Amino acid sequence: MKGRGLAPGGIKVTHSPAKVGAEAPKFLVGRQLRHTEKQPHLHLDLTETAYDAPSPVQQCTDPPQLLLQSCSSNITSLLQHAKRHPIPRILNPTARFWKMSVETQVAADAGVGSQDARWKYLDHIRRNAGPFTDPGATEDEFLAQFEKFKILGAGGLGCEILKNLAMSHFKNIHVIDMDTIDISNLNRQFLFRKADVGKFKAEVAAEFVQKRVEGVSITAHNNRIQDFDEEFYKQFQLVVCGLDSIEARRWINAMLVSIAEEAEDPDAIKPLIDGGTEGFKGQARVIFPSITSCIECQLDMHAPRAAVPLCTIASIPRQPEHCVEWAHIIAWEQEKPFPQLDKDDPEHVTWLYQKALTRAQEFSIPGVTYSLTQGTIKNIIPAIASTNAIIAAACCNEAFKIATTSAPCLGFENNYMMYSGNDSIYTYTFKHEKKDDCPVCGRQARPLEVDPKATLQELVDSLALRPEAQLKKPSIRAEGKTLYMQFPPSLEQQTRPNLGKTLIELGLENGQQVVVTDPAFPLEFNFFFKFKADS
Amino acid sequence: MADVMIQTPPVLQGPSEKERKYDRQLRLWAASGQAALESANILLVNSGSGTVGVETLKNLVLPGIGKFTIADQATVRHEDLGVNFFLDESSLGELRAKACTNFLIELNPEVQGDWHPKSNDSFNLQQLLTTSPPFTLVLYALPLPQDQVQLLHDYARQHTTPIMAVHSVGFYSYFKTTLPGTFPVVDTHPEETVTTDLRLLAPWSELVDFAKDMTKDIDSLDNHEHGHLPLVVILLHQLDQWQQSHGGGYPTKYADKTAFRQTVSDAMRRDNPEGGEENFEEAVAAVMKHVTLPSIPGSLQQVFEYEHQDPADAQSSFWIIAEAVKQFYKEHGCLPVPGGLPDMKAQSGVYIKLQNIYKEKARQDVREVLNSVRSIPGGEEIDSSEVELFCKNARFIKLINSEGGNAVRVDQVVDQELANDEIAAIAGPEMPLSLLPIYLALTATSHVTTDSPHGIIESIGQQAPKAASSERFLKTAQEVSRAGGGELHNISAVTGGMVAQEMIKVITKQYVPIDNTCIFDGIESRCQVLRL
Ligand SMILES: [Zn+2]
Repeated sequence: MKGRGLAPGGIKVTHSPAKVGAEAPKFLVGRQLRHTEKQPHLHLDLTETAYDAPSPVQQCTDPPQLLLQSCSSNITSLLQHAKRHPIPRILNPTARFWKMSVETQVAADAGVGSQDARWKYLDHIRRNAGPFTDPGATEDEFLAQFEKFKILGAGGLGCEILKNLAMSHFKNIHVIDMDTIDISNLNRQFLFRKADVGKFKAEVAAEFVQKRVEGVSITAHNNRIQDFDEEFYKQFQLVVCGLDSIEARRWINAMLVSIAEEAEDPDAIKPLIDGGTEGFKGQARVIFPSITSCIECQLDMHAPRAAVPLCTIASIPRQPEHCVEWAHIIAWEQEKPFPQLDKDDPEHVTWLYQKALTRAQEFSIPGVTYSLTQGTIKNIIPAIASTNAIIAAACCNEAFKIATTSAPCLGFENNYMMYSGNDSIYTYTFKHEKKDDCPVCGRQARPLEVDPKATLQELVDSLALRPEAQLKKPSIRAEGKTLYMQFPPSLEQQTRPNLGKTLIELGLENGQQVVVTDPAFPLEFNFFFKFKADS
Repeated sequence: MADVMIQTPPVLQGPSEKERKYDRQLRLWAASGQAALESANILLVNSGSGTVGVETLKNLVLPGIGKFTIADQATVRHEDLGVNFFLDESSLGELRAKACTNFLIELNPEVQGDWHPKSNDSFNLQQLLTTSPPFTLVLYALPLPQDQVQLLHDYARQHTTPIMAVHSVGFYSYFKTTLPGTFPVVDTHPEETVTTDLRLLAPWSELVDFAKDMTKDIDSLDNHEHGHLPLVVILLHQLDQWQQSHGGGYPTKYADKTAFRQTVSDAMRRDNPEGGEENFEEAVAAVMKHVTLPSIPGSLQQVFEYEHQDPADAQSSFWIIAEAVKQFYKEHGCLPVPGGLPDMKAQSGVYIKLQNIYKEKARQDVREVLNSVRSIPGGEEIDSSEVELFCKNARFIKLINSEGGNAVRVDQVVDQELANDEIAAIAGPEMPLSLLPIYLALTATSHVTTDSPHGIIESIGQQAPKAASSERFLKTAQEVSRAGGGELHNISAVTGGMVAQEMIKVITKQYVPIDNTCIFDGIESRCQVLRL
């Protein structure tokens, strides 16, 4: 850390030199950590802006000295301090949150003339600090550090993410995608051609980008993200995801939070950058696991679609979708025209379409089409190239800023960008607050509002629909007693009779703690009952 | 009822290959939007580090734009390869327009691509414009010499072609759309939740009769029947009761609506096994939103009151239909019924009957509007489907570029934005500040590759003296200058995505385009749309 004069293991408060204009000096808290043999040693820089501009919204009550003291013992306490206090008061968005100081040679690929020429524009920006740039960003050793970055991309935005990461000069990229290429991907997943239909997405995409962008190494994994363990994820510095399922998002989030919480050093905090799109809309968000609001904290931003009651589907259909669901859920099960329903097989979809159409005619319901049938059974979300481009690039821009500190990133202050192109262009970039009762990154149990006269079955069903839970196969335990377990089958059978009983009959009380687990997530959800007043 | 029974005959095989390939976008803009895209012919005039325009084209080639042409004087250099994905080592020394075109058409065999110039020293924009078939839309990337910008805008004016400018430098970008005259959009795709228009306070006789018939013996209905009364019927019945006890008046004030909601809730049966009724719960929830007097939004009022600077503009089908709908509104005090009915708890047969009452009324209103259209000179040939779409979407019609003729005074916008920023500063740190400094700093380098912060500030000062002394403007100028005129790939990819969305909206006349400038800040990750 040239020019900083940090004593090893020490804390120093300095003024940030490169700020333009007449702002009040900012505090800088730095801490150098022990360095281990294997890893480059680490450096955590936290820039403080809290005390020059009092905010009416949040205020850390600790004076700066106290903050420094509380940080001085070890990094865990610093992170814990971050947990106890509003983040922006401690870390400003320009913070070079992590930074591995370097023991390596400067400019690893210097001497490759064409490579230097190739990255002229990007290097120019990296070497010339702007008025918002972190002061250390342009130092040679820091510039060289970027060369070692290992970054992971995944999901439906994978093509765009790979292109953008390679064009951001990340050199070591891994990509995970279990999917194979479908013809309906070709309108937006621009690395795939008709001849690629049926091949693994990860493989084709990696090969394409590696061929196009000289000097990048891309490793493809034709897997589900859930196929890998902690050790695998620990090798990366950053994770950029454009996953299409909320389950996968919650899983990788829980994994990265758990890695961050178990380790003591800040290298274990691997920023998760997540993007998603629907039609002309999308969102991009940055999560510093265990420190800032996580995907589970933000779960209510993705309210599940209200389910149609089975009785409507079975006996009083009114909408074309009701007829499709009838064909899908009832007619298929009764007639089993094919051994296994394949929602991508046109023959199967046509069968459902015709069944739905017959039912619709019976009830005089208009609007059943092949496209609607397919859209309903597959829960198809419209997707276009341009929106994917916007969101994936917004994500990769954050990755680039985090890795290079060439400009302030989202994360500590604002951490969430919503985009809509339906009606003009509208973005809303804001701070989603971390939740103390987040089942993944918080410490408190969260309230579960229930009617004590409801049956356990109703509670189990409601867990799938509640925006804050969205658990499809929940097992529930209360203190000292198992209420309902989905697995193993013997236990399921044993606990099944409880489903018919009301919460009162089960002897459960207002305020009682319950633990819910679901095979889709590697964690426990802690709730306490909040009984509804008599309704 | 007739059209309900007319269904497309069941197909034996699934959709065509093309429908499968474009399925995810057809769900957004349907076959009509796709047809418009496929017949579009786009010109990109490229310059500078050359990425943002090519990223835009990528997002148009994939959904199947008809044809594009790239005009670009540059030959490919090493630094292009570090920012532009549609080039590789084999392109070095080639004409950039040609190399990018070839890598782009490879994305979608259904798209045609062309480039200009065909050889190194034959770049001639004037010639390209005069010899090419007419362009549907022109996009140019800045910085570009002033005379070329002028040439393109002259072309756009003469051919009434929409034209867009885009400039991406470092972490910043902006793009600006110039439309030829006012640009009305009928197919705006409003959110489904706002489109419901139940006309509960302006019901027509068929609807009233239907509701009366279902509720004439409401208290003697069995629980099943009572629990399946559609919310529309419940509310019309309760409104009728309310009128009888309130001298014929409707609950329109907030306090009255709250009281009305209570009476609806009180009418729910709770002595049944379920201890309540879903349909009544739905009715209670619908009171605040749907018990409202018919009104028209400001955007439609603007259409009704619009005065054409050029009387010839009024001859287009849009304005003729608008005139007919205006007459309809004058006569009935409400707009044509849009005809949709949201799902609600009801027996299948009852729901379908109710749905048809709304649909039939909508058809009747369309017929009336169509008759007026036919009586207006020029309205004889207008397609009835166009009238139908207008009537269905009337409340959501938007007029873009309605002030097209009036030049914007930049210094006035600066004053306004600086004043807003002062208010925002008082309101607290969450209030975003204006992104106008980015636009002004970038426009200072519209015709030159780059400039010093001082040079940029000086140039801004000439347009808006107040801005030159602001610290935010100075920092923004420094940030622009810092990039040395180079693009960052991510910023150009974000921007290229937004520009492509805008081009799709303009070409398909679906969804609502910006009016008229969008500024993107890649440091704070947000946009602002301003009229400039
Ligand atoms: Zn959380």
